[in-house]
Parts: sequence; structure tokens; C-alpha cells
Amino acid sequence: MNIQNMILTLQKHWSDQGCLLMQAYDVEKGAGTMSPMTLLRSLGPEPWNVAYVEPSRRPADGRYGENPNRLYQHHQFQVIMKPSPDNIQELYLESLRKLGIDPLKHDIRFVEDNWENPTLGAAGLGWEVWLDGMEITQFTYFQQIGGLEAKPVSVEITYGLERLASYIQDKENVFELEWTDGVTVADIFKQPEFEHSTYTFKESDTDMLFQLFDMYEKEAKRIMDQGLVFPAYDYVLKCSHTFNLLDAKGAISVTERTGYIGRVRNLARSIAKSYVAERERLGFPMLKEGADEHAE
Amino acid sequence: MQNKDVLFEIGLEEMPARFLPGTISQLETKTAEWLQKLGLSFDEVKVQATPRRIAVSILSLSDKQPDIEEEVKGPALRIAKDEAGEWSKAAQGFTRGQGATVEDVYTKDVDGTEYIFVKKFVKGQHAEELLPTFKDVLLSLHFPKNMRWGSGSLRYARPIRWIVALYGEAVIPMEVAGTTASNLTYGHRFLGETAEIDEPANYEKVLADQFVIVDQVKRQEMIVDGIQQLETANGWQIPIDEDLLEEVLYLVEYPTVFHGDYAAEFLELPQEVLITSMKEHQRYFPVRDTAGNLLPHFIGVRNGNSDHLENVARGNEKVLRARLQDAEFFYAEDKAQSIEKSVEKLSKMIYQVELGTLQDKVNRVTKIASMISDAAGVDKETAARAERAASIAKFDLVTNMVNEFTELQGIMGEKYARHFGENEQVAQAIREQYMPNSSHGALPESTEGTIVSIADKLDTIIGSMVIGNVPTGSQDPYGLRRQAAGIIQMLLKTDWQITVEELVERTIALFEEQSLPTVEREKYAEDIRSFFYQRANQLLKEENITYDVIDAVLAVQIGNYPYVVARAKTLEPLRQDESFKPVQEALGRVINLAKKGTDEGVDEALFENEYEKELYRMLQEKRSVYMDAAAKRQAKEALDTLASFTDSIHAFFDHTMVMAEDEKLKTNRLSLLNQLAALILSYADVTKIQWKQVQ
Repeated sequence: MNIQNMILTLQKHWSDQGCLLMQAYDVEKGAGTMSPMTLLRSLGPEPWNVAYVEPSRRPADGRYGENPNRLYQHHQFQVIMKPSPDNIQELYLESLRKLGIDPLKHDIRFVEDNWENPTLGAAGLGWEVWLDGMEITQFTYFQQIGGLEAKPVSVEITYGLERLASYIQDKENVFELEWTDGVTVADIFKQPEFEHSTYTFKESDTDMLFQLFDMYEKEAKRIMDQGLVFPAYDYVLKCSHTFNLLDAKGAISVTERTGYIGRVRNLARSIAKSYVAERERLGFPMLKEGADEHAE
Repeated sequence: MQNKDVLFEIGLEEMPARFLPGTISQLETKTAEWLQKLGLSFDEVKVQATPRRIAVSILSLSDKQPDIEEEVKGPALRIAKDEAGEWSKAAQGFTRGQGATVEDVYTKDVDGTEYIFVKKFVKGQHAEELLPTFKDVLLSLHFPKNMRWGSGSLRYARPIRWIVALYGEAVIPMEVAGTTASNLTYGHRFLGETAEIDEPANYEKVLADQFVIVDQVKRQEMIVDGIQQLETANGWQIPIDEDLLEEVLYLVEYPTVFHGDYAAEFLELPQEVLITSMKEHQRYFPVRDTAGNLLPHFIGVRNGNSDHLENVARGNEKVLRARLQDAEFFYAEDKAQSIEKSVEKLSKMIYQVELGTLQDKVNRVTKIASMISDAAGVDKETAARAERAASIAKFDLVTNMVNEFTELQGIMGEKYARHFGENEQVAQAIREQYMPNSSHGALPESTEGTIVSIADKLDTIIGSMVIGNVPTGSQDPYGLRRQAAGIIQMLLKTDWQITVEELVERTIALFEEQSLPTVEREKYAEDIRSFFYQRANQLLKEENITYDVIDAVLAVQIGNYPYVVARAKTLEPLRQDESFKPVQEALGRVINLAKKGTDEGVDEALFENEYEKELYRMLQEKRSVYMDAAAKRQAKEALDTLASFTDSIHAFFDHTMVMAEDEKLKTNRLSLLNQLAALILSYADVTKIQWKQVQ
């Protein structure tokens, strides 16, 4: 199965489970978790079910398109269900069957893996899912997001699409994977991988990136004070990506590193609080159905 | 009615393997305690667990609690009867309240007052009424980490998905976290189906039909058998690591052992890298030949049956191959670097914000290592090697391999150091700097390794303390206690003439040369002193030395640790030795009286009697004998020398008025006693020893 069909299959599967199909968020980010579709929407009491593909940029993992396992940008298929359904493991395993992975022919395990992202003040408990010894999915019950308790609990399922495809297509090199019949990952991504790696490690303007970080941070704070949560969060994402670029270039010493991570975390935390406050002010609109039922 | 078996099964989403052994033992204890408290008798409580279920079987549970006759105290007799001698309202109310009548009343004297009593019959409850309270046992379990799920608020190890609760053939009505108990269980995730359990006795069989081996001992046998079959069939040796076996055991419900291969070229990687990749990352058992050499095969355990096993093996081979290719790449990259290039990078890595970079740490450790060599009096060549090892000790922390396999720090350092042409002992010392890496773990074998290891630990401990990070209670994030104990244990194995205080003070001095944001000197000096004192105290306890003897030998300072241990072991049996009593008395009197003054110098012209002269003469004569024995750590000889003073001390006190009216005489005598007391105290404050006669 090519990657395009994998995405279509997963979209159909999770759409059938009541998930909204969203598109990738249009600001650079390191993981699907950082999309506001996950990070902000998993906060507060409103139900939220969503699935989307997220291109995820990890500048430090760039290898000029030469390493068979590492990419500047890879793709995650992200599912969030809030509150987590009781049969969520079965729903997930069913999605694997639809991808052509017959559990009877493999060894599928849920191996303990607790997830923590200090930059986002986020933590969760769950597993990495092993397929014949290979990690193909992160499966996490959010316990805390942006320093706030996650209540009700969202479950996050993150499929590593290239990983999974390399298994399904039985390829050892990520660039040989078929995106669609006759078109490989190399055809689409080899050039950007090379150029982004070159930019990240050699050509990026360090002074400019430092200035951008400060500007983004300042703007995030300014508009957050005005209660504009989503625009403020976009600037937090920009801060985070700028930091990743600087870090990959080795421009940030370890001491400074802690400081920068702390600055992003503080922003993310106050935005999390503002988001919940703003939703509350709006009367938690997505709880509406439930509220009406109670009224009767 | 008759005794029946009981079964509780809690179905969960996959429990972390590391939680299960503790959960099993908690349930064994708590279930038995719960039944005992209820007064229900039983033959056995059996707890079994897989990643998806925890089962408690109670064999032959009695059907009800025993009936009990209880004595209930009522009001005093004078209140219970009115003036006419009739039962009062109070008495009638009391008896009614107890379900009795005034006919049942009897009286008893309680502390001089007559009270009325009735006997109350408490009928035992039936087991089926009591069994639902097992919920409390389930909710009282402790896990290393808890979580919430869905919209619920219960915090548990993992989400609870089903409950089976059977009393004989009947379902026990209970509900936990919104899950209602039934007699339906779930089989293996992929091979099994939902199945009904008709009675507890058939539990294991019903599950076995659904590809779940619920008994952990049976699963272990299946795994060990499978491994042994492969050993026999192929002439392999597969050492079974107990920890790995236990983990694998709790990762599967139906174990099937399989083997896979990897390319022989990977055997050129260091063994530790191969073993870490297999064991730590993939939970495989490595395979060796009969001579103990690694072979390019591995053993895995599948959670399932043997269908399509070759497919599973091939998938696992692919994963291991990717890991080993990475490792191979890292190994080649690292070997193309140089130690100098790696060391340069350390100045960009923060060790602790207040204490600077890793390079700053390395610089300090190197100085401390030189100081130790100097204080220990090791030969120049050894000192030079230790210094070299210290100055490059952390270079492997910036290699690709250690970045990926952090547990190989030191181990890769040794290998790379050899590769880069470092001296053999230098390479070894780089590995040994992390020893002992557990309490009572193996110690460095080389002198160079011992020096670097002590230096590294002194820097860590004293560095933390000078900036005010002192371990408290269970809070010891950097393992400072273990490291301090490690230093003392290493010193015990040396013949160095070195005191713990000297090492500590000279290290503190090195820290004080730098401008670090320290807390106040008085505070950290005291923190460090008491920290090492407590470690020495603890280690002496572990040598079976009694607390009073420990207090005695540590009274002045820790000093030379091997000599402390020797003194403590000499004194320990004397606590019960009659002949030691006069010695202790004599030496103790000297110590006690000496406290009344200080040593102002002794003037022989001021002696008035021969006993003073004799004691002073003896002190002059024996001091060097004592010091000599002490230097050679001859604890027995040193004590004998002190004991030889006994008669002279007694004679001195019998004939000399120490606290004389004449200030000059008094000062002179107290000076003499202080000189002698200093000698005794350097051995032990014998006044602290509690003399125990053998019973």
C-alpha cells in the first residue's frame, strides 16, 4: 500500500469513528501534538475528535537526504479523541487491519512509554506500539497540557507514517517508499531535504534568527494580553521552530538552551490558561448539546 | 452450605511489565488481610497476572463469618433500677436497643461500681454479602504511576476494562470505575475470544483455550523450555538474564520463543553495544557459543502462537539490523574523531548552571586527582596516568555512540581511548571512574581508576554542597549518598596514609580558589562534615559495629578509614571483656578530667610526686610507639600501648590532687592529662563505649 492510500485509509477509518478530518496546520512545528488542533483543543471540558496528517519538522534530524532513516521533515498521522473512548485500543488495532497488517501474522505489543514535553508543560501515560519489535505508533492518554490538568482525558494516537510505510512496503530506505504508484518519497522530498539541511546547518542567518525569536516572543505576549489566543499561539509555534533552527546549528549553548525552553514553556502555559478562560467566556460552545439535555 | 472457590479477574489495558511483580505481592498480602479481618477462612490465596489481567483466586472460602456472642455494657446499676427496685426507663431502653429484654440482664463490678450487662448475639454474615467489598482491596493497590482516562476521576495504573467476580458459579455483584462484574473474560487479543467462566476452578483452562497462560510460573517455564530447546538444537549457549526474563514474562500472555539472525559483520562492534541493542532496546536474549563468544543470533519471545513465526522473526531482524547499522555508523564516525576534538566540545556542555560546563568539571576533577595522588603518595608514573585519565575522562560523553546508548558511558570511553592509543591503565581508569555504580557494586581495580573515581565523586558531592544542594530525606537526585559511600569503600581497599578530612578539606580549598556562587562557608563546611560522618557511620553499621563503638571511634574525626574500621573491630569484642573494664575506666578518667583544662605545656619542675613523673615519663616513652602503630594501622598494638598506661593512671589519680589550689600545679597537671587524652581520643573516646558483660 502506498503512503497516499495509507492516509486515505486512516482518514476513512477515523472519520467513521466520528473524527473531524482536519488538514495540516500552516505553521512550522516539530510534532502533530503542537498543532492547536491537539494542544489547545485537548484542554477544557468540550468534547473533541479529530484526525489529520501533520508534516513535522525536526531541523536537527536533517541529513541532506542521505540517511535512510532520518528526515528533516517526516509525516505523522494524528488522532485525538476527547474523552478517550473505552474501546480505543480496538479502534486502533482495527485501523492496522485496514492497512493490511494482519495481527495473526505479526507480533503486536503495547510497551510502556510515558510521554513528556516540558516545553509545552505536557505529560501523558501510555505505550509505544511495537510491530514485530518496531515502534510504529505513540499511544498516549494526556494527563496534563500547558501545565493544566487534562479533564476529561484525551487520547492521542500518533502514527509515524514513513516508519509504518517502510514496514508495509518492505523497504529499508525511506526515500524508496512509494507515495503513490510510480512516485517515491525521493521524487518529492529529496531536494527539499538537501536544501533544508544545507540551510539549517550552513546558511541560516543566526543573528536574524535570534532577532526573530525575540520579535515572535514579544508579539505573542502582546496579543495574548489582548485575549487573542490563536494568533498568540501561532507566534509561540514560530518561536519554537526558530529555536529548533538555532539549536540544530549549535548556536545555542547549553545554559542558554534551558533559558529558551523556559521562555517557550512560559508562553505555552499562559496561552493554555487564556484558551480555557476564553472558551469558558464563550460558554464552552461545543458542550452545547450536553447543556441543553441537562436543561430539559 | 459449604466452602466455595472465589475468582476475581480485573481486565486492564496493557499494564507496564515493571508494575506487575509488585502488584502480585501486594494483592497476596492485602487479600489475605481482608479475609482475616472479615473472619472468613480459606485454604489459599493465589494471584496471577499477565499484561492484560490480574487474577485473584481464593480457594475453599468458608460460607459465612462465625456467629459471635458479645458482652455489652449498660448503665450503672443505681441508674438501672428505681427506688422501688424496678427496672428503670434507662435499663429498658438499653436492653431494647440491644435486641434483648430486662430478663437477660446480669450485673458486674467495674472499678468498684456495679453495671448492668447483656449478652448480644451477632450472627455471622454470609460470604456472598461480604465479597463485594473486595473493591476496596482493588482500590487500595499502590502503583509506581497512576493515570486517569475518559471522563472518570479514578487514578489507576491503566484503564480498567472488565471485571470477573465469581463466588462458586454465581456472579458477585460489584462495580469498579463504571465496570460491572460478570462471568465473561476476554481471551488473547488476536487469537482468543470472549469466554464464559462457569466456575473458578476452570479459570486457567478456559483462558488456556483462548491462548492466555494466566499463570506467570507456567509462562516462565514455557519461555525457559523454548530457549533450552534452541540451545540443544543448535549447540548454543543462551544465558538467561533474570531481569529480562521477568520483564518478557509480563509482556506476553502466550509466549512463543523464536530466534533471528543478524549479519556476522556486526560482531566487529563492541559486545556491549550489541548486547545493549538486543537486551535493553529490543528485549532479546543474546546467543553465545560454548566458549562464551557472541554469535550473530538473538532470541525473542512473541506474544502469540507459532503460526507465521518466520514472519515475526524477519520483522524483528529488520529492526535490529537498522539499529546495528546506526551503531556501526556511529562507531566508525567516533573512531574518525580524536580525543582532543571531543574534549573541546565539553566546554559547550553545561554540567550544572552554578558549577559551569563539563570542561570546568573536568578541570576540577583533574586537580583533585593530582591532589589525591599527592596525598596518597603514589609513584610519579601512576600519578601522571591518573591525571591524564582525569583530564580526558568525559570525552566519550560527546561521542555519537554514548549519545545514543547513554548506559555505555565509560565503557565506550575505555574502548575509544585504546583506539586512540592511550595507555592501557588510562583507558581502564576512564571506565572505572563510574565505579561503584550501585551500592556495594564492584570497585575499580586499578590505582588510577580509584584516584579518578574518588576525584570525580568528591567534585560531584562537594560541588553540590557548596552551592547548597544537600540531599534531604528521600531526595537525593544526584545519588550523592551512594557516591560518598563509594569513596569510603574505595579508601578501605587502599593502603594510603590519607584521612577523609584531608581529602575533603583540600577539595573544598580547590573550590574556594574559584569564584562560584556558594552558600556561606560555615553552612557548607558543616553540611559536608556531617554528610561524610553519616556515611562512615552507616558503613560501620554494615560492618556489624555497635553504635556506641562507632560513636567512640568517630568522636574526633573519621580520619584514615581503614584504620577506623580496624579500631572499631578491635574494640567491638572488648565491650564484653572483663579485663577491658579497668582499662576503659583509667583512660576514661583521663579524658573526663582533661576537659577541665587545656594543654599549656608540661613543666617537669612542677611535679610533686613520683606518680606524676612516672606518668609523664611513660607518655614521653610510649608516644612514638603509639604513633608508629597508628601509622601502620596496627589497631591491636596501638590499643595495647594505651592499655599499658592503666596502672600508672590509677596510681597517678590515687596520689595526685589534680585540681590543686595552686593554679600553676593545676594547670601543669591538666596539661599532662590533655596530652595523654589527645593520644587516647585519636584512638577512640572510650567513655562512649557501653561495657556489656556477657550474660
